[in-house]
Amino acid sequence: MTATATTELATTAARVAASARDGEQVEAYVIRSRETEIKVFAGDVESLAVAEVAGIGIRIVADGRQGIAYAGSLDGDVIAATLADARDNASYGAIDPAYGLATPGDIDGRRPVPLDLWRDDVLATSTDAKVGLAIAADRAVLEADPRIRGVESTDYGDAALEMAMAASTGVTAEITRTSASVASSAMAGTHDDTQTGFGFDAGRGFGDLDVDHVAAMAAERATRLLGATQPATRRIPVLLDPMVSASVLALVGSALSGEAVLKGRSMFADRVGEEIAATTVTIVDDPTEAAAFGASPVDGEGIPTRPVTLVAEGRLLGFLQNLYTARRAGTDTTGSAVRSYASTPGVGARALHLRAGTRPPEALMASVPEALYVQSVSGLHSGTNPVSGDFSVGAEGLMVRDGQFAEPVRELTVASTLPRMMRDVVEVGADLTWLPGGTAGVTLLVAEMTMAGA
Amino acid sequence: MIETPVVEATLHHALAGGGDFADLFVEDRSSTSATYDDGKVEELRSGRSRGAGIRVVKGETTGFAHTTDLTGSGLVAAAEAAAAAARAGGAGTKVAPLSERPTPPRSVVTLPETVPKGHKVEMLARADEAARAASDAVSQVTASYADGRRRILVANSDGVLARDDQVRTRFAVTCVASGDTGLQTGSEAPGRTVGFEFFDDHPPEEIARVAAARAVTKLAARPAPTGKLPVVLRRGAGGVLFHEACGHGLEADLVGRDASVFRGRVGERVARPGVTLVDDGGLARDWGACVIDDEGALAQRNVLIDDGILTDYMWDLLRARRDGRASSGNGRRETYQHLPMVRMTNTYLAPGTEDPDEIIRQTPYGLYCVALGGGQVNTATGDFVFGITEAYMIEDGRLTEPVRGAQLIGNGPDALGAVDAVGTDFETWTGMCGKDGQSVPVSAGQPTLRVAELTVGGTAA
Repeated sequence: MTATATTELATTAARVAASARDGEQVEAYVIRSRETEIKVFAGDVESLAVAEVAGIGIRIVADGRQGIAYAGSLDGDVIAATLADARDNASYGAIDPAYGLATPGDIDGRRPVPLDLWRDDVLATSTDAKVGLAIAADRAVLEADPRIRGVESTDYGDAALEMAMAASTGVTAEITRTSASVASSAMAGTHDDTQTGFGFDAGRGFGDLDVDHVAAMAAERATRLLGATQPATRRIPVLLDPMVSASVLALVGSALSGEAVLKGRSMFADRVGEEIAATTVTIVDDPTEAAAFGASPVDGEGIPTRPVTLVAEGRLLGFLQNLYTARRAGTDTTGSAVRSYASTPGVGARALHLRAGTRPPEALMASVPEALYVQSVSGLHSGTNPVSGDFSVGAEGLMVRDGQFAEPVRELTVASTLPRMMRDVVEVGADLTWLPGGTAGVTLLVAEMTMAGA
Repeated sequence: MIETPVVEATLHHALAGGGDFADLFVEDRSSTSATYDDGKVEELRSGRSRGAGIRVVKGETTGFAHTTDLTGSGLVAAAEAAAAAARAGGAGTKVAPLSERPTPPRSVVTLPETVPKGHKVEMLARADEAARAASDAVSQVTASYADGRRRILVANSDGVLARDDQVRTRFAVTCVASGDTGLQTGSEAPGRTVGFEFFDDHPPEEIARVAAARAVTKLAARPAPTGKLPVVLRRGAGGVLFHEACGHGLEADLVGRDASVFRGRVGERVARPGVTLVDDGGLARDWGACVIDDEGALAQRNVLIDDGILTDYMWDLLRARRDGRASSGNGRRETYQHLPMVRMTNTYLAPGTEDPDEIIRQTPYGLYCVALGGGQVNTATGDFVFGITEAYMIEDGRLTEPVRGAQLIGNGPDALGAVDAVGTDFETWTGMCGKDGQSVPVSAGQPTLRVAELTVGGTAA
């Protein structure tokens, strides 16, 4: 069933690409996704949605100009109108010799790494069984600890995505990929002292989901914050929870994009070859790692992906590039074009991670007399600036003393600058975990940050 | 869009196997956006989508399906899928005869789709030129233009049939300034529910100069202090704070889930006298405006906090039905592919009686915020955090140095209770509000006001 469906998309993409006129390059990027979304509240299904979505993005490069148009439909008349829009849009674009679709020369004989990212059980499992899992997760969270007074909501979601692209230059690509996740937000304590904790599990297939893991995670994260107070302002060593370090790493990753460098929006521009972090820090983007949720054999322009080491033991080696940014920078693409059907290819990481250390989180906790353990942060995007590197975010978590969790804290901010934090990484834990969203998390010990509270 | 008999037949099919309520939402969207970067047009993009979402409610369960097939048979198939998802069974509710809800004509002067693309690009070039002319320190300028038209039809088994034609235009400029302290950015991004006449009130040069000044000011800014301070929020700057920190907690769905600190507090004093919070989808030109919401209810003015007393929450159709009351016109959805839920529209704190300059003069030491970035709130606890994008120190009742790199943190009900001065001026802020993965246009407004104490998380040692 899968193969047939993908062929149908590939045929649609090829037909659009074949409509290129003389002196014109045409690319079609076609997707179809079958999705289930279940929301459970108070032990029962609040909503259940079963949907199929499809869309096409058409990119034209002609006379050194580029234009794009997209549509949320694969009907023949809509595709024809979208192609006409893309041509019209290209005529208003600025001339830039760096525009151009991928050619077989850009692939240079490199073959995509075969990755098995499809699990039949996402489509084969009955909706009733999915509902059953979501309700079981909701109940498990509620029963995980007597202090849990309610569950804000429990959400199940899955998707089976097929993508086909074709360019008039002869480059084609296809991807099929499934995912499934279940997440729950627990509320612990009384109305005078409510704390919330997020728990989730995610995988390629339905069979990867573990309800007990969700419950234990949500309950632990909510209950251990009960009684949290605002700490006194001071400078202090900081331990970042894997979910927090993954978010911070994603911010660093945005400044390691060739697009950010090109547009003068990276704090790392002109620093290739220099030490930008402690020697404990090695940063790699590896979309060929099948365990990563963002794994993909090809990028958004049809170029095969590969592992890219961006920072090696603190030294900046280079940036992620797509074809356009590579041509502008006088280098080669790293297969890092990311896009949706509605956009032109940007540059981004798919499987960004810090090289794991050798010791478990407990050893990191025990290595300093006192530290702040940051369980979650808020305002990450408003409070950090990947251009200037300023970093100040709201946080909640626990104090750590003598290697043990001590009193919980809330209503505080932690601040530093991203470059300083990277130089201050004392140790990376051994607990590398792939998380949805293109990054992996790991426990991280940062020498010192400003904790602002009372 | 779709003939009324087809609409009726679809609703009949949705409830044929049981079910208490059904609705059909049809949406036809088109958009154009253009980006100008590094002194040239980077991208001109157009998009279109058209589809229908069908919802069937049975007891506490909602079944939902959507389709791009707007033929009679395509809609019936989606209606049956939604009914199956709702596990509807037994005797159903009858569909009431449809009667079209009269809506006022749209007041758009110039539909953006009638404006040549070249004119749109010209606005970007004008902004780029003005931003670069504003200061030698401006090293990068990105300008973007976006227009969107959204035509909707809503019909439900209560007999409601309503249409709306929503046109929005937005223009954004981001500048990077370089100096001895490195790179700093500044942005300005107004948007209105209007057509191309948007530029009559917001010339691109004016937007560009605000963004450039913001970036350049930050070059001279020192790191913000850390600790608890009185904070004066300039008109317009703090609307987003009250949207996040109070507005979300007043959404009936979150209240119903026991995930709001305002649950069970209607009739109580939650702020000092003089503090009035309103949500009004009917503010015709504002970014969050609509004639009808996405469930067919007429947009209206809802007073949420009246002179310090909590008077009501915001409601969508489902939560209102369960409580035996009318929707407040706050049922919104991102697209036909999403289920509606309770959302804000244009939310604002009403102007008070104090002279804005006097509020600063009567603050011996504090922070004056001119622009906030995004923020986040945990509605269950009320804790919030906001990035500050332009701010100055207040010393001896006067504005002194600019500061940067800070977050405001606090607790929604506490901050609201700590508002101790409300000015006579007013301005709104334009933004996109995210909730449960859906993003909708909203505005948030407020007069210049002072919060007696908020925690400022700066980067100064």
